[in-house]
Amino acid sequence: MTTFTLNGVEREFGESEAMPLLWAIRDIAGLTGTKYGCGVGLCGACTVHVDGKAVRSCQATLGEVAGKSVTTIEGLDPAGNHPVQVAWRDRNVPQCGFCQTGQIMQAAAFLNETPKPTDDEILTAMSGNVCRCGCYQRIVEAVRLASTGA
Amino acid sequence: MLKYIQPHLASAQERVRLAKVTRRGFLGTAGSFAIAAYAVPARAFDTYAVGGSDMPHGIIENPLIFVSIDADGTVTLVAHRSEMGTGSRTSLPMVIADEMEADWTRVKIVQAPGDEPTYGNQDTDGSRSMRHHIQVARKIGGSVRTMLQRAAAQQWGVEPTAVKVEMHQVTGPGGQSVGFGDLAVQAMAQPVPSHAEITYKTEDQFRYIGKGQVQITDLHDITTGAAIYGADVVLPGMKFAVIARPPVVGGKASSYDATETLAVPGVESVHELPYASMPTKFAPLGGIAVVASNTWAALDGRERLKIAWEAGPHGAYSSPAYMAEMIATSEQPGTVARNQGDFDAALAGAAKTFTGTYTQDHIAHIPMEPPAAIAHYTAEGLEIWAPVQSPYAARVDAAAALGLDPAKVKVNVTLLGGGFGRKSKADFVTEAALLSKAVGAPVRVQWAREDDVKHSFYHTTSAERIDVAMDAAGKVTGWRHRSVAPSILSTFAPDEGNVMPLEQGMGMSDLPFGVANIRCESGKALAHTRIGWFRSVSNIPHAWAIGSCVGELAAQLGKDQRAMWLELIGAPRVLDAKAAGLPDDFWNYGEPMSEFPIDTGRLINVLNIAADGIGYGKDLPKGEGIGLAVHRSFVSYVACAARVKVTGGKITVPEMHMAIDCGFAANPERIRSQLEGAAVMGMTVALHSGITFEKGAVEQSNYYDYDVVRSDNFPSVVTHIVSHPFSVHATGVGEPGVPPVPPAIANGLFAATGERRRHLPMGVDA
Repeated sequence: MTTFTLNGVEREFGESEAMPLLWAIRDIAGLTGTKYGCGVGLCGACTVHVDGKAVRSCQATLGEVAGKSVTTIEGLDPAGNHPVQVAWRDRNVPQCGFCQTGQIMQAAAFLNETPKPTDDEILTAMSGNVCRCGCYQRIVEAVRLASTGA
Repeated sequence: MLKYIQPHLASAQERVRLAKVTRRGFLGTAGSFAIAAYAVPARAFDTYAVGGSDMPHGIIENPLIFVSIDADGTVTLVAHRSEMGTGSRTSLPMVIADEMEADWTRVKIVQAPGDEPTYGNQDTDGSRSMRHHIQVARKIGGSVRTMLQRAAAQQWGVEPTAVKVEMHQVTGPGGQSVGFGDLAVQAMAQPVPSHAEITYKTEDQFRYIGKGQVQITDLHDITTGAAIYGADVVLPGMKFAVIARPPVVGGKASSYDATETLAVPGVESVHELPYASMPTKFAPLGGIAVVASNTWAALDGRERLKIAWEAGPHGAYSSPAYMAEMIATSEQPGTVARNQGDFDAALAGAAKTFTGTYTQDHIAHIPMEPPAAIAHYTAEGLEIWAPVQSPYAARVDAAAALGLDPAKVKVNVTLLGGGFGRKSKADFVTEAALLSKAVGAPVRVQWAREDDVKHSFYHTTSAERIDVAMDAAGKVTGWRHRSVAPSILSTFAPDEGNVMPLEQGMGMSDLPFGVANIRCESGKALAHTRIGWFRSVSNIPHAWAIGSCVGELAAQLGKDQRAMWLELIGAPRVLDAKAAGLPDDFWNYGEPMSEFPIDTGRLINVLNIAADGIGYGKDLPKGEGIGLAVHRSFVSYVACAARVKVTGGKITVPEMHMAIDCGFAANPERIRSQLEGAAVMGMTVALHSGITFEKGAVEQSNYYDYDVVRSDNFPSVVTHIVSHPFSVHATGVGEPGVPPVPPAIANGLFAATGERRRHLPMGVDA
């Protein structure tokens, strides 16, 4: 039995402690905003926050998050109005949209740690998140907008 | 019939000048888009022929199928094309809403299930959505507006022409006013007007069309995680499945042992699925399926399967050997796809010659969402939820696999987490259908990324040889292009090694050059894997070869790239298909040549816009260079100017200018996003994408050996959209941005370093 806080609510999971957090979130908790993209930590589609830090949920196990606080895209902001989400909409970032929740979670954790990043810092921080549609230009603009308001 | 506005009625220079003076204040700002306008007056809506009516199930114009109005005035519009990132799920309803004077904030969009007899063709592919459906969307919207007008006129006893319909409100000459909701029943009972009976909006009356202000309908849900993709549908009692598929197409398991698999907690059952042999069509490859109570248990269980695979007839497929064979074939005469003048005589009389051979590995699409589908089989029938580009084809295939009447199968279309051609082939849907029937419960089939990389319908691999004859002055007198590549046809019919005319017509036989002697040939290549289509299809290898060759000729002849392109393209003109030696069945993307000609004036225009935009010819620091390429595909014209910079031993592309002429631009904002995306995907094709085979199996697995462009090395893209009135037909947008990008990067790399690379992927190391 693993217990952790998921989007502010304490939850118990009876599955093996070796189960990747991603599948516990998607298949057991039924929160589908967190996406499977590669399973090896190289695309960032499954990014969530563990104690406020961006983590690839396909690489973290249930055992590793025991007692911690996990936030998924569904828990980022009750109305979906986190500054990063607002900036994403302002800049019309998504095309297909599939990677965007992971991108937003990555950007939100990054800006929490680095509120006023340089462009180079943005590029580096976001380089682990793949967008096959190629929305990178707008992703960078949106992160910049969320950090500076411009 | 329409009066087609020929842009080359003005000279190329004049148009470039217009482009400059009418551009908004954005130059130098990455991401802004340019409008290069022609001074053409707005026209009424004259209909024109498009290939949509020749597609299976054609085009349905009945507004009652696509529009409903609730009593509270909510307008519900049906999106019958799949949404995979192009924005068509928003843009087509937006056209209907504008023409019917609906307030977009009161519009709801519902996604049609796969039902082509009802909705018409739904195969979301070939950059066809706006091209085939903008006219019918206007007709549907105009019809409903006219019906509202007539219903009000009857109610008020006035002439319909005295009734105004504006932003969800209907008003009469005596100050009468009624909302859409109150008129809905009477309006929808009106006879559907003919095209001639509808007074269409003039272009200056458009609220949404052509403005780029309407945001995609799923935008909010995408940013909150509420948007539903293929693997996001959850059904009560649903099982989770993954499948171990034969590494070689046509292979099968000679034996397997699932003892350890069945011992994994959560694993419930193991099923062997029927195998496919080439031509597979869209049938699943077969294999051993693991069904579990969650995805991880299924993945873990699959790891523990012990399977002895038999390779079957394609177990010797090896990419290096196959490439050598294709190159050898390209040195021999092939089947002639186009013959203009006498290339052999030009070659015999040439003062100089040039030969270039350009090659490409296979490509896998790897949309961010790997294939996934949910099926629920019951005694009543089969219901499916899946991210499919062609939901009706998926329905027919799944019905056939289960021996069901298609009437008993429903395919619900979720959002697609990218498609790029992969999700036209619904093998993953049939897998879910077979498994749901086998276990008697709803089943979600999830493809791992490795499955997606290793079991795709691959973009063809190719060898392209171009021989050029020149006279003593360096003028090109002859051009022979031989293409050797396994065909898409091999996936559908017994393979004889021949490509289809439509593959030849994607950028090779339709060469828009003003060279006197042109011959295009195809050599035989038998397929040993499932060949499919990837965003822009055969245009990628053809444009790669042609664009690289133009760059090489420029260097050989001491000319700049723009001058070389302009010389080869020649005068602005509409290509005379017969004089050009094009076959009578020349495909032209299914569009009538009379309406969608090959117009070199438009090609020249976009080339000049992109080259001027990036400042082609300016001095650059050492280690930097600009490459140019231009290509017509999906009846649109796109040029790419790429500034390549070698830094830290890596090839980077800090800046690209993309210029597109896609006729009337219905949603410039989504056109811009498509071109930005095409620049990135084209750069990935140029530097990264190489699927290779050894012993019949794919050698790559996941992002660690099949990487893509990421945010630490992507181009800032400025997109220029040539502005046209509605009378210049809307053409393709999703695909045509890709083909010019790889040759532009190769030409830019040469300009930066003097090194010429002739194989895709070029690699990211300088």
